[in-house]
This record gives sequence, C-alpha cells and structure tokens, in this order.
Amino acid sequence: MPSTNSDRYVPATARPVKIVVLGPFAVGKTTFIGTVSEIRPMHTEEQLTRAGQLVDDLDDLRDKSTTTVAMDFGRLTLTPDIVLYLFGAPGQQRFGGMVRCLMDGALGGLVLADTRRLDQSFPAIDLLEEAGLPYTVAINHFAGSPLHREADLREALALPDDRSLVSMDARELGSAKQGLIALVTAIITQSRLEPAR
Amino acid sequence: MTGPRQRRAGMVRSHAVIDGDAVPSRSTLDEATLLIADPRQPVAGLGAHAQRAMALCRPGVLSVAEVAHHLRLPGAVVKAIVTGLSRSGHLTTRAPYAPTAGQYDLEFLQQVLDALHKL
Repeated sequence: MPSTNSDRYVPATARPVKIVVLGPFAVGKTTFIGTVSEIRPMHTEEQLTRAGQLVDDLDDLRDKSTTTVAMDFGRLTLTPDIVLYLFGAPGQQRFGGMVRCLMDGALGGLVLADTRRLDQSFPAIDLLEEAGLPYTVAINHFAGSPLHREADLREALALPDDRSLVSMDARELGSAKQGLIALVTAIITQSRLEPAR
Repeated sequence: MTGPRQRRAGMVRSHAVIDGDAVPSRSTLDEATLLIADPRQPVAGLGAHAQRAMALCRPGVLSVAEVAHHLRLPGAVVKAIVTGLSRSGHLTTRAPYAPTAGQYDLEFLQQVLDALHKL
C-alpha cells in the first residue's frame, strides 16, 4: 500500500475512541489537537437544524440550516486495535446544543483552561457534568500565566474532588498527552470504586 | 425521535431531519464511527456524493468526520449518505467505544492507557 494510504487510513481492526476537547476561545484546543494528532488537524462543519423543518434533499440542507458550527478534529492510532479521535468544540453555553450532540458516544471530555481566565471554562465543565460524562480539567500553561497551587485551582474552578486536574503545555506531545492519561486513569479509577454504576 | 433535551434547545441534528424512516439510525452514527467498505458492492447507480464516499472508503478505513473533511461536506450530509450506504450493504460501521450499561471494559481502557504512556 502506498504510504499516502497508510497515512490517510486507520487499521482495519481499530476500534474508535472518541474524546471531546472543550474550552473557551484561544485556550489551545486546536494546538492541543494538532500536537496529539498523527494527521494534520481536520475541519468539519456541524449543522444544527430547527426541529420539524422538512428537508427534501441534500442540497436544500445547506440553505435551511440555521446554525453552522466549525470544529477541529484529529486522530491518533494508538495500537492496531485502538484509534483515538479528538474533537475540539467551543465550550460556550450558546453552542450547548452542538456540544451535547458531540458528547454523544464520547468516552470522556478534556476541558482546557487558562489560569488568567478560569471562569471561561465553567460552561464546558457544566455541560460535561450535565451529560454525566467523565472529564479532566487540563490547565494549558502559557508563558507568563501565573502558577497556582492545585488546591487553589480546584477551589476557583469549583471542581469536585473526584475530577482530575492536570497542568500541561498543549504544544508538546509529552506534556499534552498527560491530559489524556489523566482522563483515562480517572475513568479506570472511578470504575473500580463504583463497579456497578 | 426528538428527545426532551433537544426539544428544549429547539435543535436536532440535520441528518435526523433527512432521515424520515420509521427506524431511527441516529444512535448508531457518530462523527467518530468508522466506515468499512464492502468491495463486492457495485457503485454504479449510486448518487454522486455516495460514489465519492465509496471511492474514499474502498482503499481503507476512515471515520465519518474524515469523510466529511475530505469530501468537503457538512457532517450531517455525510451521515445521511452513510446511513443510505450502510442500509444497502456498501458500508459497515463500527461505533466508538462506549461502556455497556455503565460498565467499562477495564482491560480495553488499560490498553488505551498503556499506549498513551508509550507515546
């Protein structure tokens, strides 16, 4: 198979695992996805159409949709049996409908936060709590952003004790992957604590 | 069918609107769902978008979102096309991993974790 094909396609045996990456504008979602992804981050548009609207054919769909939300996504083949898909979406409340759709089928969520504007990550946390989806908050450390003790960050984020919190640099794979490791670790740990949820 | 939460938001996914059949399909198609083409199925007679989707999927496995990206079509349109192609047997789908009745497959998650550590 030409290398372009193996770059483009995932192993035939792979099981997809979906993770949503949420957070406010310019917090580093696209950077994070670009760092972790084996392919250049891709872009798709999700359209939300008013309920009850009749759409006769595909071409009409574009005109009749009321909201178009762009989202970035990336892919990471972990083993021949596992391929991660990371979907970045705005965490703002006004995109809640789209984010709720996107959270369907996700293993969990990663909320990116910036210590200079932690409050802007609240809506993303609320959406995940509301969906009952496991999540981890990852502080994306920017040069010049203040360092805080974990306890202070937890308090500022009103983060429950059973939710994990990590600090990382979305630009470096070795650091960025800690967010994903924390998320999967938290799910395993939680599952062992309450086996029959 | 439109759930109470969607009704409150006043929005549904576009493909749910396209899909007027009695058998709901939205629960089985995700942006991360993988598409596996059956090479034995003839593509003649398929619509133009469906033919392009098959041309993309025949050489290997891709997700719904990747097909949308490569074909420059909205995700909802691709889901509608894929729904048709899976009904006709041109594509089989593999949904993203999800816990069964709230129970996680810990062995699988441990494999994910081990692979992340090795990155």
